[in-house]
Amino acid sequence: MTASSHPSWGRYPASRPAQVQRPGARPSVLPATDTPLLAYGNGRSYGDSCLNNDGTLLDMGSLDRFIAFDPATGVIECEAGVLLADILELVVPQGWFLPVTPGTQFVSVGGAIANDVHGKNHHVAGTFGCHVRELELLRSDGSTLVCTPDDNPEWFAATVGGLGLTGLLTRATIALKRIEGPYMDVDTLRFSNLDEFFALSAASDRDYEYTVAWVDCSARGANLGRGWFMRANHKPALGQQPDPRKRGGPTFPFVTPVSMINPLTLRPLNTLYFRRKFKARSRDTQHYQPYFYPLDGIKHWNRAYGPNGFLQYQCVVPHADARTAVAELLERIAAAGAGSFLSVLKVFGDVQSPGLMSFPRPGVTLALDFPNRGRETFELLEALDDVVRAAGGAVYPAKDARMSAAAFSEYFPNLERFRGFVDPAFSSNFWRRVTSTTTSPS
Amino acid sequence: MRKILIVGATSTIAEQTARRFAASGDALFLTGRNEARLTAIADDLKVRGAATVATQVMDADDLAAHAPMIDAAEAALGGLDTVLVAYGTLPDQQACAADPAAAVAAWHTNAVSVVALLTDIANRFERQGHGTIAAISSVAGDRGRASNYVYGSAKAGLNAFMDGLRHRLFKAGVQVVTIRPGMVDTPMTADFDKGPLFASPEKVGGDIHRAIEKGTAVCYTPGFWRLIMTIITALPRAIFHRTGL
Repeated sequence: MTASSHPSWGRYPASRPAQVQRPGARPSVLPATDTPLLAYGNGRSYGDSCLNNDGTLLDMGSLDRFIAFDPATGVIECEAGVLLADILELVVPQGWFLPVTPGTQFVSVGGAIANDVHGKNHHVAGTFGCHVRELELLRSDGSTLVCTPDDNPEWFAATVGGLGLTGLLTRATIALKRIEGPYMDVDTLRFSNLDEFFALSAASDRDYEYTVAWVDCSARGANLGRGWFMRANHKPALGQQPDPRKRGGPTFPFVTPVSMINPLTLRPLNTLYFRRKFKARSRDTQHYQPYFYPLDGIKHWNRAYGPNGFLQYQCVVPHADARTAVAELLERIAAAGAGSFLSVLKVFGDVQSPGLMSFPRPGVTLALDFPNRGRETFELLEALDDVVRAAGGAVYPAKDARMSAAAFSEYFPNLERFRGFVDPAFSSNFWRRVTSTTTSPS
Repeated sequence: MRKILIVGATSTIAEQTARRFAASGDALFLTGRNEARLTAIADDLKVRGAATVATQVMDADDLAAHAPMIDAAEAALGGLDTVLVAYGTLPDQQACAADPAAAVAAWHTNAVSVVALLTDIANRFERQGHGTIAAISSVAGDRGRASNYVYGSAKAGLNAFMDGLRHRLFKAGVQVVTIRPGMVDTPMTADFDKGPLFASPEKVGGDIHRAIEKGTAVCYTPGFWRLIMTIITALPRAIFHRTGL
């Protein structure tokens, strides 16, 4: 049902583009088609923002060339299909690192900009878009817009976080960050409940560049919100530095007949992970790859969710009601026996996201996977939306396959302004869904 | 540091191979028909670590352009020690079967022009007493098959030509490397349904880089094609003629 050469990462919904075009060289004009266009990077968006059923997908995978890199300043220019993994492989040995990285290195630069992705350093570095110096946009009226925070700034703001709808992003320039070596100093602490999480986060954000927590989404009552808090900094140079790791690793070989994450395995997996260490605190040195990208170690891990795929849910709730709202979200998830093994909590910082439609904003973000079990899953996510809407929060389009048009317009107050920048030749499953009914923000 | 000429450098397989050379800090001279694409690839290879990258627009079908281009490559890099011939066309077999001119044009690009180019290179490398000459042939050259025998026979001619060249240049210390890729997911095969036998250009580029580094005489890539083609060439005609190969 989801068999397609260009699926989304959640493998739901099914991908059925009318056609796929793969430009071999950086185009200077858009291809002429009579169906809506959408760029497809590396297919790591979870839901339907990278799908374009009955439309034309532009597979950007072969636009993977670097254009320029200055090892003295760390400014890199590349085509939109270059993967963050490609950048790391090139720049880490030269003492540079991505200014912001999401939890997988297998996203394209174009995708990172279109979703204005964030990482564990959001509280100090903001989003990926904060570090984009320049981008080039091809529009269906034949124009080429070179956008920076100062030139065509309104187009820059619409394109960063613009879900690929403002035109075709062909190349970008990114300012990297200096590092001394590929290793990380990692400090891992157990916490027993949400209050401890908030206390740890507040105590860590000043001295640690990277903070994130894994949370046991099956725990309830006194244990609600227990988990592990991970805080880290880049390690000062070691004497000698081994070569960066190869990208190889095991591949999850096939789509399992049923989801491996299900009500039977959910609690044992979470409890085991919570109990994985005796000591309540440990410090160690890790290579950046397992630290930032633990899931990249198993290729196609999404196949473990079975033939119906999975939905990811990531929301942010403002600081004011964060404690209450996160508790209610976790309680509803645990009560439903839903969720998975991969649940993440993080406090966002106050750095302003540059995009009109950027998801990150001050508050607390919760992200977790749900095996797709049909109606009960969708009803639960709708109930979670009620909590997020009441708290004045937002849900992340890059992870979404089901939020309502009404919820979307509440989450993104700049929506009406953004519409003016959407290229009439571009669309996506996501965009058609969240604009299918006309709802004005209240 | 190698001094490498790549003819047909805008091919996807050539580009993936060139990235390996660039990462090793080699110097590259690239030719192809499309100037914008050559420039984009040259910029990329510089970022990836190539010592120098120079480009020249050339259509390899134009035999008279070969010698001046090789002179220019030698001048730009201060000599040459490695050549990779990577261009080729996959002609429409139906058209070639119907039209003698189409069949001859396919042979001109995939066999005649390569023979001309390799002859010139071979003489230069024989004189200098070292070097590696590599060309991308195809598993299609191992046995003529109804589905693409014009392309296959041009590659078969190239295979035999390179076998002889290798024999001749053995004494001079020049390596001759015949690359025989199977089906690769590139623009050349864009219209094909991709099955499990299709390899990625990255994988094939890595194999070619290794074959050139080691001076492998005949390199099947991916390696399992050696087995497949052994079986196909061993099939008795009585059976072979009944297949749709």
